[in-house]
Amino acid sequence: MNVNQPVIEQEEKVEEKQYSYLNLGPTHPATHGIFQNVLKMDGEIIVEAEPTIGYIHRAFEKLAERRPFYQITPLTDRMNYCSSPINNMGWHMTVEKLIGLEIPKRVQYLRVIIMELARISDHIICNTIIGQDTGATTGFLYLFQMREKIYEIFEEICGARLTTNIGRIGGLERDIPQKAWDKIDKFLVEFPIAFKEFTSLLERNRIFMDRTIGCGPISAERALSYSFSGPNLRAAGVDYDVRVMTPYSSYEEFDFIIPVGSNGDTYDRFMVRQEEMWQSLSIIKQAIEKVKKEPAGIFSARTPEFCLPPKEEVYNDMEALIYHFKIVMGETEIPKGEVYHCVEGGNGELGFYLISDGGRTPYRLQFRRPCFIYYQAYPEMIKGSMLSDAVITMSSMNVIAGELDA
Amino acid sequence: MEGSTQDKVITALKDRYEDQILHIDTPYDFLTVSLKKEKIVEIIQFLYNHPDTKFQYLTTLCGIHYPELNQIAVMYQLHNLVANQRIRLKIYLPAENPVTPTITPIFAGANWLERETYDFFGVIFEGHPNLKRILNVEDMIIFPLRKEFPLEDQRREDKNDTMFGR
Repeated sequence: MNVNQPVIEQEEKVEEKQYSYLNLGPTHPATHGIFQNVLKMDGEIIVEAEPTIGYIHRAFEKLAERRPFYQITPLTDRMNYCSSPINNMGWHMTVEKLIGLEIPKRVQYLRVIIMELARISDHIICNTIIGQDTGATTGFLYLFQMREKIYEIFEEICGARLTTNIGRIGGLERDIPQKAWDKIDKFLVEFPIAFKEFTSLLERNRIFMDRTIGCGPISAERALSYSFSGPNLRAAGVDYDVRVMTPYSSYEEFDFIIPVGSNGDTYDRFMVRQEEMWQSLSIIKQAIEKVKKEPAGIFSARTPEFCLPPKEEVYNDMEALIYHFKIVMGETEIPKGEVYHCVEGGNGELGFYLISDGGRTPYRLQFRRPCFIYYQAYPEMIKGSMLSDAVITMSSMNVIAGELDA
Repeated sequence: MEGSTQDKVITALKDRYEDQILHIDTPYDFLTVSLKKEKIVEIIQFLYNHPDTKFQYLTTLCGIHYPELNQIAVMYQLHNLVANQRIRLKIYLPAENPVTPTITPIFAGANWLERETYDFFGVIFEGHPNLKRILNVEDMIIFPLRKEFPLEDQRREDKNDTMFGR
């Protein structure tokens, strides 16, 4: 049939309004992960949205009940895989809190450096993708090289890039090598240049501003009711940051500001993340200065019962071999108790609620996954907006499928 | 300062709901209150409104299964963002029939968390707007995070773990 053939106009009027239904996802290139939204559309306006999640659910909470504590770290990698070092260290700190391990200052600063690098890489992904979804591919490519540089640093530190499994309970597995320090120094010089370029492309770009201001807004009140956290909550104007509220890993010693927005729209979320990257950069610089003042060579608490000994000692020293065996076989004495520890992940308050019954595995472990909690506000945020706004609202919320489904 | 807020919370709670409190503890400096299940929503609403407590942020909510007690606990974790005080509330439901009212009218964010708890533990939240499975497939008949469900099929023969156990 020829589609261009003119159709005879029908006279009869349609009494009821006709809605069309559209499946956005599960595998749509604009959704950045596997989740589905069934949209009820009036023309191009979204009337209702029904999200379906769980496409990559991997039952981490059940798996964690059958794994020794140190084997849970790789599971946390796969939650927010854009900033897995934060997840890893959040988990290590939870276990350290449970067993009451004192962490040397130098290790805490090293962790801060790694975590802030991870935060920058997380925010790079989110912000460049907002640019990409609004049609600005250039900025995306500019900053993605810098993300590559961060992954190279991670590679020097732990050998892996995306799912890092970085660090161990009690500290890091090895000291940060000189090569990694060199790369960090280089990054601190190169990143501001690239980032400024990116900033000048988008931040005060009239087209970008028109596109994003007022798009997918949420009020502070609703955001709090939905238990938002992280940049999305701060964009709505609430200055809640776990790093300041309940400092961990010596964050109280650092000087940084928490950027807040006012409207909670896509532009504010973008700007909050932009400013956070600058702040992270400043925190890294401060941490490097602090590391230099600490005695060199300390990279772990080295409490033999809980911290894995370095490999060379395992092969040459009887005692280290015994402890290595005990830890790997899960024969460590973990106290009974329940503990909650939260860190400021890339997307907000990443919490670990751990109940230990003194056994070799957790009795119950719940991950407070910020994505999972704030994504439920998505239907409310896109109601009444255009389809294309829904796409950039989602990318500006930084919904990571791994964290959503756990 | 934090201690005084915590004391205020305990006092406020004890003044009004002395008979509902089973146990108060602070493991790892975290105020934990075990409550009777009957008035949980009322108590959460009270903690939300009371000027000394103002727990207006729901951090998380989850279930815990205790097979030897035949109970399923529901843990609510609230946060007062102004005074930076956290509280953990726990109620214990019978495992055969875990039913408790929903807190979605107070916290919109409880919606999916309650669905998740239903999905994994079978806790029925009465009055929930859309209580169906969220992460698992809809035709699943078990509640997988209950302890009686093994992680994998125990009849598997392709794995030999006689030495180190499973």
